[in-house]
Amino acid sequence: METRTLSNHSALSSDKNKPSPSQIEKARERGYKLAGYYCSYVPLELLDAAGFLSINLIGRDNDAIAEAETILPKNLCPLIKSSFGNAISDEDHLTKEVDLIIGETACDGKKKMYDQLALRKKTYLMQLPQAADRSYSKKMWISEIRHFIEYLRKEYDVEIDDEDIRSAAKKRNELRRIRMELMKLQQNSPVPISGLELYYFLQKLDSMIFLEEAIDEGHRFVADVRKTMSKLEDKREETRILITGCPLVGVADKVVGAVERNGGVVVCFESCRGIKSDLCLVKPEEDIIEALASSYMDIGCSIMSPNNKRMENITELLESFNVHGVIDSTLQMCTTYMIETRAVRKLCDRLGVPFTSLETDYSQEDKGQIDTRIAAFIETIC
Amino acid sequence: MVHYIGIDVGSTCTKAVALDKNKDLVFYKVLPTGWSCLETADNLLKDMAEVGVNQDDSRIVATGYGRVSIPYADKTVTEISCHGQGAAWLFNMEDFTAIDIGGQDTKIIEVKSGQVNNFIMNDKCSAGTGRFLDIMAGTLGVSLEELSELARNSKKHMSISSMCTVFAESEVVSLIGRGEKKEDIAYAILDSITTKVRGQMGKLALSAKEVVLTGGLCEIPFIREMLSQKISTTIESDPLARYAGAIGASLYAVKLN
Repeated sequence: METRTLSNHSALSSDKNKPSPSQIEKARERGYKLAGYYCSYVPLELLDAAGFLSINLIGRDNDAIAEAETILPKNLCPLIKSSFGNAISDEDHLTKEVDLIIGETACDGKKKMYDQLALRKKTYLMQLPQAADRSYSKKMWISEIRHFIEYLRKEYDVEIDDEDIRSAAKKRNELRRIRMELMKLQQNSPVPISGLELYYFLQKLDSMIFLEEAIDEGHRFVADVRKTMSKLEDKREETRILITGCPLVGVADKVVGAVERNGGVVVCFESCRGIKSDLCLVKPEEDIIEALASSYMDIGCSIMSPNNKRMENITELLESFNVHGVIDSTLQMCTTYMIETRAVRKLCDRLGVPFTSLETDYSQEDKGQIDTRIAAFIETIC
Repeated sequence: MVHYIGIDVGSTCTKAVALDKNKDLVFYKVLPTGWSCLETADNLLKDMAEVGVNQDDSRIVATGYGRVSIPYADKTVTEISCHGQGAAWLFNMEDFTAIDIGGQDTKIIEVKSGQVNNFIMNDKCSAGTGRFLDIMAGTLGVSLEELSELARNSKKHMSISSMCTVFAESEVVSLIGRGEKKEDIAYAILDSITTKVRGQMGKLALSAKEVVLTGGLCEIPFIREMLSQKISTTIESDPLARYAGAIGASLYAVKLN
């Protein structure tokens, strides 16, 4: 594919976007506490309201896995192992910096990993209900949110009222909106930027711990992309791919890169840290705790059963992004997503959209195989 | 153009074929890939020259995992598309499912109206691939052909439970240690690979009645028989089926014209 690198954005070329030591230092100087989280189900608004800055600690380093396997079983997804490996190794500064880790009972692997983490770091576990269609699930999630607020109040002696949470939600919504605006630019044909650039930019926003800075950076980037759009020629044949499945941390180059090295372009990421959680705006006009609970329960992750939300999202996104093919990318040992592959395949068959799935991990050994498979998939679409 | 050459650089073997302008097969040969894909491909081209297929007035398409190592290829196409095309040509069918048990991966390819419609491949694991059989045959100290014939004579049907090649190998070693018959262990090995292939096929909603076996294992009859039984469909094959990928590539070379 033609390169459309916006050269002034160095963040767009590698999988290395993490909060810098200087940002951490700035946070300390300004009196913030730091919270670490791994999953999109953690309502960050609560941490914002309690005077924490939140750092996404999802591991993406293959090197950290060997360390994790001294404690965790080998048969776990690389994301969990890498995250845990970072937390216990001396290499990674981030997990050491945070004052508190917020875990959640999304998948079993992470849930039990937090047990081990809690032996080493101050960890709080949120009990996430997994039946989105039960009325009492939301009630339970509301109780969990209140329980967490109580914990923060007592443990850190902070005042958190509804107004603090409401204004945090407004700010987070602003970030969600600018991320959505950026992602929706890929609805254009030709797309203004490559999928890999988009992915790395979203990752960069994730790594910016000061919310205002992330929002500003988002606006700046959207403006830059819009400028380049006018220069692009109108017609170009592009095979437009939607990626769904597990988070792409640690495998973005292998999977997204393979699409774009072989004549396709990723127009939409229906995955975590992609569009999935940004679709869930918090409605600030309702009871704010209830609004927060509703929004976060609405994330279409495979840990929910049934997970109708994901199927609805995919159906809608295939249409609005004019998608030619779907790739379901799963991480080895991620049971819930691996099983759900079948349901997504059936959905795509029904909608007449070509579909393929793959399973990978953080190592590079299957790079050639993934490349071939995706190249073949694109050949069948063309 | 006088000839259309297809080179399929597989992980174990490299296959080369040439079609003349009437799309008749005028050359085919297989060599072990060895450590240099390019050297092997060069040797095959030299053999081709001896029967009058000249590289300079031919179109060349390369496929297989080593396709990018062939600098003089006019085009590269993935082995999935090539196997689909090649099998359609070989078996003279439009709608069918092709099973290709290759050295490092196993592919199930659904062909509709002569085109690849859907496919599935094993993920990062050698269980259920040709490599698995190679290793197991090695453990028993027999060739693949011998393994197949031993299995046919098995009276006691056992199975190997491990899903990993490495663990399966140690399971085989312990079966040997327990004094189980070679025939029965051979059966268990073939049972393991065919069960895995059937599992993979279950992931695609396949509609075609015809199923063909391509790739290196097509010449080992008992595997085909066992697999046929497992999927309750007679699987067809052809002595040339291991060249399906290379033939597909040569058909892509025809299209380049």
